[in-house]
Amino acid sequence: MEITTQSFWTLIHGMGFGALYLLAGSGAVALLYGRFSADAPVGAPPQSDRFLGIYLATMAALAWLTVLTGTYIIYPWYRATPPNGTVNLEAFPRALLLSHPATRQWHLIGMEWKEHIAWLVPIAITVAAYVAIKYARDLGNHPQLRIAVHGFVIISLLAAGIAGFFGVMLDKNAPVNGGQTIHLVQEE
Amino acid sequence: MTTDVIVSRDSSVMPNGSGAAAILSAGIGSLAVAVFAIAADKSSSVKNLFVFYKPTGALSGETSVAVLLWLTVWAILNWQWRSRSISLTRINVIALVLLGLSVLLTFPPLGDLF
Repeated sequence: MEITTQSFWTLIHGMGFGALYLLAGSGAVALLYGRFSADAPVGAPPQSDRFLGIYLATMAALAWLTVLTGTYIIYPWYRATPPNGTVNLEAFPRALLLSHPATRQWHLIGMEWKEHIAWLVPIAITVAAYVAIKYARDLGNHPQLRIAVHGFVIISLLAAGIAGFFGVMLDKNAPVNGGQTIHLVQEE
Repeated sequence: MTTDVIVSRDSSVMPNGSGAAAILSAGIGSLAVAVFAIAADKSSSVKNLFVFYKPTGALSGETSVAVLLWLTVWAILNWQWRSRSISLTRINVIALVLLGLSVLLTFPPLGDLF
């Protein structure tokens, strides 16, 4: 059982940071609803406010790790230009996608959208985390700030979902795969 | 804009100015990502200007400048509003509309309309 370094980093980026962000995002929506809905218990302990801040800050860290690994580690492998005359484009995912009419739009719409929309996620969730930490217990006195935090979490989740969907589809059609081979389990 | 959104300077409740600054700056920063992406797509000279790190191409500059702009706007607004209470309804609407617009404008078929 083995994996290449490029596949490994793609796994860390998508299945590690990205998927964890999406899971945490749905948790954040539930957490915010439970903490601030009309049915929420009055006088929740201060720990629940602290937990919300830490939870959103962790999501922000995940979002930054996802976009930074995606943009600066994986994207250069994805967009590498093949030398003239290259026939086998497997090591050049963008060129591979663009070489077939059936897959061109995965790059022209999928990757072009993914690479930009993904950057909205850390911006939105960092601000949501900042507001949750800064106002903590006082957030209960600021309904408009709560609306903004809810809105930012939901939009960040939507943007992360779009980026994640295209990430998976791009990897199915033209996987980033190369570099050194890491042997996970070796047969005796 | 700063004068007509200020509600009060003193209140027993923690002023919401810092929150408002963060919220509005996020909307502006997000829109900047979309605007810079469209600008780089339309003009090869802008695209070249945004190539901060060659392996990543213009994406490196588009996102770095947008993040820098977001943080700068945040710092300035926070400095202006930190001890004030702001009418947040309008700030929220503007920020969420800017975020929504950014989601739409980063969609290539819509960005290509410009």
